[in-house]
Amino acid sequence: MAGTVAARWQGESLAERYESSTATREPALVKWSIIAVSLTFFAVFLLLPLAAVFTEALRKGWDVYFAALAEPDALSAVRLTLLAAAIAVPLNLVFGVAAAWAIAKFQFRGKQLLITLIDLPFSVSPVIAGLIYVLIFGLQGWCGPWLQEHDIKVLFAVPGIVLATIFVTFPFVARELIPLMEAQGKEEEEAAIVLGASGWLTFWHVTLPNIKWGLIYGVILCNARAMGEFGAVSVVSGHIRGLTNTLPLHVEILYNEYQFAAAFAVASLLALLALLTLAVKTFVEWQASRHFED
Amino acid sequence: MERHFDGLSANGLIQTFLSSPPGTEVNVFCGIEDMSIQVNNINKRFGDFVALDDVSLDFPSGELTALLGPSGCGKTTLLRVIAGLEWADSGRVLLEGEDASATHVRERNVGFVFQHYALFRHMTVFENVAFGLRVKPRRERPSEAVIRRKVGDLLDLVQLGWLADRFPSQLSGGQRQRIALARALAVEPRVLLLDEPFGALDAKVRKELRRWLRRLHDELHITSIFVTHDQEEALEVSDRVVLMNHGKVEQIGTPQEVYEHPATPFVYGFLGAVNLFHGRVEGEHLAVGDARLQHGDAAQAVSGDAVGFARPHELEIVTDLSSDEGLEAIVARVLSFGATARIELYAENGIDEPLHYEVELPRARISELNLQPEQRVRLVPAKLKLFERKTA
Repeated sequence: MAGTVAARWQGESLAERYESSTATREPALVKWSIIAVSLTFFAVFLLLPLAAVFTEALRKGWDVYFAALAEPDALSAVRLTLLAAAIAVPLNLVFGVAAAWAIAKFQFRGKQLLITLIDLPFSVSPVIAGLIYVLIFGLQGWCGPWLQEHDIKVLFAVPGIVLATIFVTFPFVARELIPLMEAQGKEEEEAAIVLGASGWLTFWHVTLPNIKWGLIYGVILCNARAMGEFGAVSVVSGHIRGLTNTLPLHVEILYNEYQFAAAFAVASLLALLALLTLAVKTFVEWQASRHFED
Repeated sequence: MERHFDGLSANGLIQTFLSSPPGTEVNVFCGIEDMSIQVNNINKRFGDFVALDDVSLDFPSGELTALLGPSGCGKTTLLRVIAGLEWADSGRVLLEGEDASATHVRERNVGFVFQHYALFRHMTVFENVAFGLRVKPRRERPSEAVIRRKVGDLLDLVQLGWLADRFPSQLSGGQRQRIALARALAVEPRVLLLDEPFGALDAKVRKELRRWLRRLHDELHITSIFVTHDQEEALEVSDRVVLMNHGKVEQIGTPQEVYEHPATPFVYGFLGAVNLFHGRVEGEHLAVGDARLQHGDAAQAVSGDAVGFARPHELEIVTDLSSDEGLEAIVARVLSFGATARIELYAENGIDEPLHYEVELPRARISELNLQPEQRVRLVPAKLKLFERKTA
């Protein structure tokens, strides 16, 4: 009898136990007002704008919606956004893993400085991030004259956009991995090396499987930011239609030209991307927690 | 139960053991007198902290040696230096006579067992044990069939064959540590190094595993060093004990030697409960205040200020206060459970804090004495080990 009771209690979550006991249960009024406040907030500030995007996008019908997306400038913006993400995300993946590995598993001089530097893009306004590149590569900048002599275009061209995207998305993977790797310690790696595994095999067979879910999580966030970045990219892009506009910039241009339906149609693409990211993120979190419990 | 290793060219230690019929004792090192591990003049600092201070040690082949000491004494650092996981600032590590100081960890061919097991959490038990074989260079790597057989034999050796498909998180602490040991043995290491192998286990499992490790070592005779801060564990399991303190070796000897003839006050105090008597040596007596305690050791070349050490069982209680033997003390508590009883006493000399003593007596003797709290008695040491008092 006692055994079955214990089993039932173990099966229930802590929250359920609090709910079922009068000693710990809150009055219904408190409970419902807190739920009402948070649901209202969620509806007004998150659900309503999301709904607005799709309603506005479809206000003039599906034909206008698809026409706005099929327009050459829009397609070019999609391509550029995908390109920038396709370059920035893998680079930051490699960098993030390398930096997290170094910081979490080794002691060295300047480690704190490296951690601070990784966080820099989080603390600096994206506009400043863009301006840094203008200062370096602009005509009046440090490398501007030399670049012009050799006919290399960085600013107001694709390389500038990619650079700005890399800068802004720099911390995502590393920040996700550092606490995870620090918590895991380096004993497993040491065990592998004592058993004769090379550094590469150790990384591939021991470290990487252990950080797999954290890494995927970091990459998803990194990708979402790479595709959605506005400020830094806006500064270096030059807004040349069909050439240097990413999706967020294209939305702004359309909106400024009073093409509301088209602007919201393109914006709905970004909103869909956000929803997809959320879905994948939830799945990864669920997988990670399942593996953690194992 | 017969075991065959037809497919094997190399015939290493483990294989020799595994392929022999049960009951046969295999001693691969029989007759070889050399030292498997030697460390010469090892120094290691972490900033201002001296972890190892000119340590030189020889670990004979086939023996199980315990490195014993309080935390921070440098024992784990020494083990990691031998393994190659830590580099000494100066000094040499010799493995089977060859200088391994500059050899990379993965070429030293040592087995290392970690305190927290360090099993690969995403691999099954089988894959954990097979790891060392799978990562060998292609030309040395055994075939899949050989790996399967060898891992199976190792899992049988640690009596956990039925867990092959489980993940480490599904095992108990004791099982994990046995798997960690099987994994370390898979690569046929020259020496086996164990870093506080039972430190994370509860008392009962610890005792079982201790006995099991000793048995396993008696069968395999692989040169092993294990680090521990538990004196009982060290004395019970090892062939030899190396006592360390503050980065230095205090004493080396068999468990019996170090327990019965501690070389330094530190060793005496570390290896068990102890009573201290501060006084002056006067012939065959140690004068403690007004009391004169017979130290009973004429050969001891200690004179002047000295500290006498006695274990709780080396003290006798005399209730006759008119006797001039021993030191006056007051009974504080009598704890009688088990075969022997412990009596806690204190003495006041009017100057310092009261001094505390502990005496261990057989149950029969306790009922004979019928001691009451706050009763005045005299403490008579059967023998005293004298050390010179260091003037601070």
